Amino acid sequence: MIAQTTAATTEPTDIAPVAEDAAGLPILTAHGLGKDYGGRIGCRDVSFELWPGEVMAVVGESGSGKSTLLGCLSGTLPPSAGAVRYRMRDGAVRDVFALSEAERRHLKRTDWGFVHQDARDGLRMAVSAGANVGERLMAVGARHYGAIRGEAAAWLDRVEIDPARIDDRPTVFSGGMRQRLQIARNLVTRPRLVFMDEPTSGLDVSVQARLLDLLRGLVADLGLAAIVVTHDLAVARLISDRILVMREGRVIEAGLTDQVLDDPAAPYTQLLVASVLQP
Amino acid sequence: MNAPLDHRPTEPSAEPATEAYNFAFLDEGTKRMIRRAILKAIAIPGYQVPFAAREMPMPYGWGTGGVQVTAAVIGPDDVLKVIDQGADDTTNAVAIRGFFVKTAGVATTTRTAEATVIQTRHRVPEVPLTERQILVYQVPIPEPLRFLEPRETETRTMHALSEYGLMHVKLYEDIARHGHIATTYAYPVKVDGRYVMDPSPIPKFDNPKLHMSAALQLFGAGREKRIYALPPFTRVESLDFEDHPFEVQRFAAPCALCGARGVFLDEVVTDDRGGRMFVCSDSDFCESRRERGETGE
Repeated sequence: MIAQTTAATTEPTDIAPVAEDAAGLPILTAHGLGKDYGGRIGCRDVSFELWPGEVMAVVGESGSGKSTLLGCLSGTLPPSAGAVRYRMRDGAVRDVFALSEAERRHLKRTDWGFVHQDARDGLRMAVSAGANVGERLMAVGARHYGAIRGEAAAWLDRVEIDPARIDDRPTVFSGGMRQRLQIARNLVTRPRLVFMDEPTSGLDVSVQARLLDLLRGLVADLGLAAIVVTHDLAVARLISDRILVMREGRVIEAGLTDQVLDDPAAPYTQLLVASVLQP
Repeated sequence: MNAPLDHRPTEPSAEPATEAYNFAFLDEGTKRMIRRAILKAIAIPGYQVPFAAREMPMPYGWGTGGVQVTAAVIGPDDVLKVIDQGADDTTNAVAIRGFFVKTAGVATTTRTAEATVIQTRHRVPEVPLTERQILVYQVPIPEPLRFLEPRETETRTMHALSEYGLMHVKLYEDIARHGHIATTYAYPVKVDGRYVMDPSPIPKFDNPKLHMSAALQLFGAGREKRIYALPPFTRVESLDFEDHPFEVQRFAAPCALCGARGVFLDEVVTDDRGGRMFVCSDSDFCESRRERGETGE
């Protein structure tokens, strides 16, 4: 098999081109993933495959193990059992926890993104919006101020933040703007996989709708794969293709989003779907 | 200053108090420990080596790190010069020079060219240093990434993996806010293409003097318990952007006393009606020129 490579489009040199023959294969695979906290179960026996460009939602009530699972998948929380494998840009499949720390950190700031629930965790609040977006570019070797700034302005525009506010700090941004800034900061290196932990909670409903709309557009435009943890079934319905329902650390139901939400099989999922308030 | 406990009566003598103190104050075991840290620092240019800094008879921030490094490298035949902000006659310089006269009995000088060990705070002498000289810097905060990333565990990882993008975030922020890189002192440098290092709070005017210097340069941070070093003839590059290259400060007028150009000047307020003059910050450099008959305007 000959790996055909595409030329890198942006100037940063540190990001490898993507091998094209990887398109038909899963980008992320979890095998029997489990995490215990002492005697307590964080999550157990989670297995799935995520394909390029696919958005998967993980839903469940508080304490069901959603965030633990996301931590394990994103390489931040070493699992107690099982493995997470990722198809790198060169097409090679690697165990995320067998990567060296240098490789894992490089992966996290180039090919992956992580959108935190609280934008404060994902942003540098003491530096301007432009520097926040530019940080990843500088981390992979961009050293031209004008180019970095231009790229930052373009991304602010893309996430519907007025580029005139490029020199404002996130502290003076609203909650919705901060969340959008966080997204821009993650997407600037063209990642292929983005993890999102409750990206819309804490925002009011109209802002949520706008953010979801934006996310849906970006995911489609950029062909991103994403894993979105949420307790909000409406969010899952809007942006995900596939859904995992978790309870007490285990996946109790998995399938296409519409299928699971319209025709839930597990009693707990039925309860969850039925408990959504209808205005 | 109290002498170590000694039950014998001591006579004041004209000789330096070598009886009451071990040579250069620190005990030999401590000096060996510091020398080991210095050797490691020289072997890995720009890397911050932890060391067991001792309590010194002076407050933190007054050069406890520099004093310990000087004490570890100085010998009876050395000639010591101590400068503070370029001057030999400022409080910190006088106090540290007095300390080594008392505890080591070494010869001291204000002439840069005559000194073999120069301890400095915030300046590099204007006269180029030679291979037979050691320059010891007093360092308040050795970690260049400290104000960007407060976690020491994280900054150490960043050094280990050469993740220095964050340093450029600071420079980016400078340009975004001020239109140019507004960092004027403690300007970060990359050493031998590997470690990013804080050159201590010297003006960025002095950064080019670090590059390929013939003298051994040692940096001691007492409170933070770190030693780092630049061996002679080491590459030292100031960080910058392609479209905003590193620049040093420029002064419109020469030194008002000696007429020197291309040196770092201090502003001296001369009266309470706005009168002021700019004079060499390196007092020895200025005096030497004036002795040779150079004058300002």
